[in-house]
Amino acid sequence: MTSRIAHIASNTFREAVRDRVLYNLIVFALLMSAAAVVVGQISIDIERLVVINLGLTAVSLFGMVIAIFIGIGLVSKEIERRTLYTVLSRPVRRWEFIVGKFFGLAGTLAVNTFFMAIGVFVALLYVSHHFQQQDRWVLVALYFIILQFLILTALTLFFSSFSSPLLSAVFAFSLFVIGSFAEDLRGFAGMTHGATRWLATGAAYLVPNFSALNVITSVAHSQPVSGQLVLDNSAYALVYTAMAICGAVLVFEHRNLK
Amino acid sequence: MSRSQRVTVIFSVFLASSLIASVLLLRRVDQVRTGATLEEVLYISSPQALRRLSLGYNGLLADIYWTRAVQYYGNKHHDGARRFDLLAPLLEITTVLDPQLLVAYEYGANFLAPKPPNGAGMPDRAIALEEFGILNNPDAWQLYYNVGFIHYMELKNYAGAAEAFARGAQRPNAHPFLAMLAGKMAEHAGDRQMARMMWSTSYQTTKDINVRANAAAHLRALQVDEDVTNLEALNARYQQQTGRFPSSFSELEAAGLLRGTPLDPLGQSYKLMPDGRVELRTPDDFPFIEKGMPFDYTPPPSPKILPSD
Amino acid sequence: MAAIEILGLEKTYSIGFWRKRQKHALRPLNLKVEEGEIFGFLGPNGAGKTTTLKLLMGLIFPTAGSARILGMELDDPRMKAQIGFLPEQPYFYDYLTARELLEYYGQLSGVEAKLRSSRVNEVLHRVGLPDVGGVQLRKFSKGMLQRVGIAQAILHDPQVVFFDEPMSGLDPMGRREVRDLMEQLKVEGKTVFFSTHILSDAEALCDRVAIIHQGELRGVGAVADLTSSVHGKVEVVWQGTVVPASLRALGAECHVTRDTVRAMLSEANQDAAIEALRRERLRLVSVTPVRTSLEDYYLQKLQPPNATVRVGAKVGTTV
Repeated sequence: MTSRIAHIASNTFREAVRDRVLYNLIVFALLMSAAAVVVGQISIDIERLVVINLGLTAVSLFGMVIAIFIGIGLVSKEIERRTLYTVLSRPVRRWEFIVGKFFGLAGTLAVNTFFMAIGVFVALLYVSHHFQQQDRWVLVALYFIILQFLILTALTLFFSSFSSPLLSAVFAFSLFVIGSFAEDLRGFAGMTHGATRWLATGAAYLVPNFSALNVITSVAHSQPVSGQLVLDNSAYALVYTAMAICGAVLVFEHRNLK
Repeated sequence: MSRSQRVTVIFSVFLASSLIASVLLLRRVDQVRTGATLEEVLYISSPQALRRLSLGYNGLLADIYWTRAVQYYGNKHHDGARRFDLLAPLLEITTVLDPQLLVAYEYGANFLAPKPPNGAGMPDRAIALEEFGILNNPDAWQLYYNVGFIHYMELKNYAGAAEAFARGAQRPNAHPFLAMLAGKMAEHAGDRQMARMMWSTSYQTTKDINVRANAAAHLRALQVDEDVTNLEALNARYQQQTGRFPSSFSELEAAGLLRGTPLDPLGQSYKLMPDGRVELRTPDDFPFIEKGMPFDYTPPPSPKILPSD
Repeated sequence: MAAIEILGLEKTYSIGFWRKRQKHALRPLNLKVEEGEIFGFLGPNGAGKTTTLKLLMGLIFPTAGSARILGMELDDPRMKAQIGFLPEQPYFYDYLTARELLEYYGQLSGVEAKLRSSRVNEVLHRVGLPDVGGVQLRKFSKGMLQRVGIAQAILHDPQVVFFDEPMSGLDPMGRREVRDLMEQLKVEGKTVFFSTHILSDAEALCDRVAIIHQGELRGVGAVADLTSSVHGKVEVVWQGTVVPASLRALGAECHVTRDTVRAMLSEANQDAAIEALRRERLRLVSVTPVRTSLEDYYLQKLQPPNATVRVGAKVGTTV
């Protein structure tokens, strides 16, 4: 069982690499280098701030785009192109296929983020000339960004299992935006009454909580991130990802392939 | 059970349990993070840059910051806080993002200017906020009213208040009270009648429930102050006539000084104290009162503003 | 044990905007395929052949009925390890090379790691693609993709192989090679189930066939039985262009070509006809018993049940 999942995952990774996804790293590297050089010349004591803000935001956005662009086709492309026929006629369980696809894309994003992290730290080193204590919070911020990717990947996988690529992209992107304001949404819900309150609260808790995973601004200002938050966020991301994958498995298990 | 059914059951159970777990974890995360999102406003050194970054969606962003401001104030107020550090940045960012959001300026006047625990105690910053609003909405009479209001209520700058009201009275569609307030300022500055006029204006013209509730509470307090002053004066007359203070309102009635039992604005009767003073039965229900409190009374840390009618 | 056993397998789709209309893609199908035979599943396009195969592969789920392959349920992974499937007009991951694709499929089918490379090479050889293992599939022609498809179907040495239109996209030589391969599989003791609408292939290869049309099974039987001379007719050919009256009297249907006449008459009149030709001094060329071709059987079965078709004549209703 695990070997089949591993093989599907590595094949998905191979597909992403051959689709030249990793070339985005070149664009990112250029961006970070340009930013570091420009900012290094405007020494108003905010170089570190700008590099972290820009770097982490770019990591987040680039990764989100990749997660959505590849995620939306994970299942639907295989159904449309009928490459699934020869896979499912083998002793591969449908749920193994879904789980394998998830790990493939998650792995791609993790590798991508790893290289980008190197880029951010190189730029940071360039403007600060030496690593500081506060830099470890940047690692935490990056870890949170990877957690965001896991959730987003699982969500696009879920949508891909029953929806066309375009709709999946719309849904996933909407959830990303709404999820970034999830805390505000829960606040709104608290201010409504009656039936609206139930619906709003339900929606507010169902939406992925990206806002808690975004600590870019505070890390840029050298604020520490509490260990409790790291634990809770990790658990939340794990659980939410599992939920979305279960959804995908359940949908796919009963789907008639055209 | 077929293989497919088994898979369905297992994954459905996983789905349900992870759903529950995610809700529970969310609540924990919210607790750890209270205020974290809000505190980020302290890092926005340039609201103008934020407006540019919002790529034309500044209206929506303004609404989000506005809602955060309302919640922030509500929570702090409820907890009886003495510091409202984030209220000013929240309102400032809201108004930069959407300068036409008049209710934000109203909040500035009503909740940014007053001293804690009723507000942030930053009247100067509140005035700066209003002036920014005037710059962007020169015809909005409410903003001039706000300026005058802050000058009067918090800064006790009656000349400044009169000037602001007069400016506002010249705007098209200005509320008629503005001219009246400007005119009466010279004579009645500092007295209860002016205060009552201003709070009535606020009460009638605002569309925000919190501002209205606040104004209603102030009006009730003014009513109580007036009632208590009048009743204590009647007590003094009774004492002059009979040599002692009355022990019940029927005695005052019998002496021809009163008709009926006086009720406080919430419908309860006042208490006659043996030393001639008049007290409220439930002083906690009346924030902002200056009279009618028991001797050793300390107001509750979080003033109880009843929802407005 | 039957290799494939289909019991009342049925597939109905609800279509239309309100999902009210029913489309019967496959009416209840009962079929049995024995081990070691080559079984042809014939029918025009849209008859339900692909639907049946997709149901057997577990790609779609039946509305009713069931099936077993090698005695195991359709969702049994042990069963799937012993079958191979070539879909119609297959499309593979075009970013992989042929070898990578087959390695991947080998992994998924549970072929042991140490055996995989050699099996992949072996099977590439067998389908006639010995030199293109390292070429990306996006560069393959349709015929080459078809061969890769066959390769992945037999890679893990399955007991039962399912081919959906295996000859499509192949030139005559390619088709010959595939036919030879299918014969070889039979020699190795495998069962082959394939669907096609090319009758000559079926006639040449199959032990048994089934004919399906509009979702319904119309006929099943051994090829040999279906094409035996049931009609009892003979074809008599003689030189010249003259048709003697005596032969017409025997009820011959004659077809005159440039310098020969072909006449069809019943077997009983065979001797009388030869005698008549001798009397007229006409030169006999051949006397051949007429066999029903599979095509005739096929076309007949495609008709609605109360119609028949005449041997060698155009399709139409007769008395």
